[in-house]
Amino acid sequence: MSERGDTTPMGSPVSDERTGMTRKRMLGLVAGIAGTGILAACGGEAAPAAKAEPTKAPAGAAPTTAPAASAATKAPEPTKAPATAPTTAGAAGSDTIKIGILHSLSGTMAISEKSVRDATLLAIEEINKAGGVLKKKLEPVIEDGASDWPTFAEKSKKLIQSDKVAVVFGCWTSASRKAVLPVFESLKGLLFYPVQYEGLEASPNIFYTGAAPNQQIVPAIEYLIKEGKKKVFLLGSDYVFPRTANEIIKLQLAAQGATLAGEEYTPLGHTEYSTVITKILGAKPDVVFSTLNGDSNVAFFKQLKDAGNTPDKIQTLSVSVAEEEVRGIGPANMAGHLASWNYYQTTDTPANKKFVEAYKAKFGADRVTDDPIEAGYFGVYLWAKAVEKAGSTDVDKVKEAAKGITFDAPGGTVTINGKNQHVSKTVRIGKVRADGLFDEVWNSGKPVEPDPFLETYSWAASLKKR
Amino acid sequence: MATAKPTASSRLLPAPIGAAMVILLIAPLILSDFRLGLLAKYLTYAIVALGLDLLWGYTGMLSLGHGVFFGLGAYCAGMYLKLEATRATGEAMPDFMVWSGLKALPAFWEPFGSPAFAVMMAILVPATLASILGYLACRSRIKDVYFSLITQAVALIIPILLIGQQGYTGGTNGVTNFGTLFGASLKERPTQIVLYLATVLVLALSFVLSRWVVRSRFGRLLVAVRDDEQRVRFLGYNLTAVKVGVYALSAALAGVAGMMFVPQVGIISPAMLGIVPSVEMVVWVAVGGRGTLIGPIIGAIVVSAAKSTLSESFPDTWQYLLGALFVAVVIWFPQGLTGLRISHVIGRSTGRTADRDLADATHGTSTGKERQL
Repeated sequence: MSERGDTTPMGSPVSDERTGMTRKRMLGLVAGIAGTGILAACGGEAAPAAKAEPTKAPAGAAPTTAPAASAATKAPEPTKAPATAPTTAGAAGSDTIKIGILHSLSGTMAISEKSVRDATLLAIEEINKAGGVLKKKLEPVIEDGASDWPTFAEKSKKLIQSDKVAVVFGCWTSASRKAVLPVFESLKGLLFYPVQYEGLEASPNIFYTGAAPNQQIVPAIEYLIKEGKKKVFLLGSDYVFPRTANEIIKLQLAAQGATLAGEEYTPLGHTEYSTVITKILGAKPDVVFSTLNGDSNVAFFKQLKDAGNTPDKIQTLSVSVAEEEVRGIGPANMAGHLASWNYYQTTDTPANKKFVEAYKAKFGADRVTDDPIEAGYFGVYLWAKAVEKAGSTDVDKVKEAAKGITFDAPGGTVTINGKNQHVSKTVRIGKVRADGLFDEVWNSGKPVEPDPFLETYSWAASLKKR
Repeated sequence: MATAKPTASSRLLPAPIGAAMVILLIAPLILSDFRLGLLAKYLTYAIVALGLDLLWGYTGMLSLGHGVFFGLGAYCAGMYLKLEATRATGEAMPDFMVWSGLKALPAFWEPFGSPAFAVMMAILVPATLASILGYLACRSRIKDVYFSLITQAVALIIPILLIGQQGYTGGTNGVTNFGTLFGASLKERPTQIVLYLATVLVLALSFVLSRWVVRSRFGRLLVAVRDDEQRVRFLGYNLTAVKVGVYALSAALAGVAGMMFVPQVGIISPAMLGIVPSVEMVVWVAVGGRGTLIGPIIGAIVVSAAKSTLSESFPDTWQYLLGALFVAVVIWFPQGLTGLRISHVIGRSTGRTADRDLADATHGTSTGKERQL
């Protein structure tokens, strides 16, 4: 097994001068990379392991050439937050309160979550303009969850432990919330979560500003049954929200005399719906209740329309498609279909008029607002009011003060329920218009109390035993 | 050169390794909870990279699905932690089973209540899967890029399976929300330090094991397989045994890494078994320098650290910066970081060799294979 390969470099006619150049360039680059590694390891804290420092690069070789080197040297400087106040990894000045924003700025969820981040920044800016909280300016620290649940856990640890933020606004998917939940509970942090979800959760360290199932899914089914659409086909992306939502819906359908026409799940990011559509057309339901998420919606609605379906034949009702998503799907493919939310851009309240104007003025006239964006916005106000009332950013004091706090949000008055830390909010069913916005076709008239465990519904008894 | 290199490396390596060990051991005294947790995570990645290097750097079998083995080890550990957390609250089964409509704890979950069983499975499950895959591939004489494609297909399939079986696996969420390990709370600093030191120990043992393997007869056989598989076959060696053996060993190391990862990071989700993390593992080895044992360790730590830092400092653009780093490494250091380091140090002493090395490194894709240590 002697591997005595013929390894003499045969004919490598490199001039001395050229080799010298190359070596210098390479050393510069490796210095940059090693530098990044070192910075990463210490991250502005005490100097640890110089384990990433096997290269003794001659001084001077580093700076000029490699782009990596300049990236590395910039690292310890303050982060550039895209919109409002500058962020810093340094010490918290006594005249500011640090708050974390943790959304996916890259990966599949970025398209949705970036808008929520923007709304949160808008609220922070408005609050700062009005004098801040406890006479201190809010200072956002932004982190990227990268659509990856372990990354969400890592970044939430960083925000709480290293940056010592008073509160975090963030997350979108249930999976990311489940991933950070143990972090917030064990490190005694505080999270405001802005998206409707499947319920069955009430962490003492999380405030849920999106809808609980009884503020979105359950009333939507009731609405459909009232409209005579009693044969329901369930279609969802394959993850925890659709599956749990459908468990709830199936109980409700059985209890309220409606029937299940079929149930299908497709992987997140799935784009081939001809099989599913054939099944739907074959099952002849009155309505497809869709919990599809993300890009799948684009494929599904386009292919459904191409298959010759119109909303007056088989209607769909979606709970994960809002104005932002309709833009991507194309209003023409979705016009006439339904959605269930607590807020639409067209919701007629004085607060909303102001909010939509401010949002468009800041981020562009072509931008739209939607339910999670609104929830990400008013969450900051709820927290700020609670802090003012508590006179402190201490998590326990803020939680205590938050009980019963109300705010005139763009979607109507919202009130924090002290028991389960969700908010009461108005339920609205909307129909997609040709311009991609929604016309409200039904609303609950008054804010609905949150009931994440569906304790007030007798048919949900089997869910409650947990 | 191939004969000159090993002696050079054996002379050069021990001192830096000793220094690195000391630094790793005193890190808990210096680093905050958060940074120590990150370092521990990087070290678990280093264990995977070490195993992947045995497979790719030494044997020439590029696995694009090592995330699967890492993940399976992680799931085994996660199942034990989840059961312990469930027991602590006095419930019959983990929360996600309840909300997925399961009535009782599935039978295959039961034995994972025992930590010894979980540890054993974290090693055996990945090793067994790798043995089966390796055997099937070898039997059909699937090699090179086709082997890579098969491993990648596995990384595509297994996450879909895990996501689809929400009641048994936790679905997309994965398994999370752990409380204690052997009764010690995972959030307490002493527990974290013990886990960190355990990770350092496991990494050191893995390194010693890998070093022993590559210096053994078996190790020379691996290099021979990489350099000329046909010749090895004609010499009468059982190629299947060699390949399956190294694949299983590599998978077992990944499984052990996954097992160390879970209690410290607190979550394992199917995304960790997918193609992107699997390719990332290959990047660690490539950046560090394949075919050297220390290279992949450095690569895993440097790349992961760069990822954390860049994403903290530039939340909007970090992926471009990281991408630029990889491209730069591929263009300017086909040998990885360690390749340059050794060339440089040798260059100090013997001038002329270094120039040749660099000429090799920059030009010599043809001589690239021989240069791997």
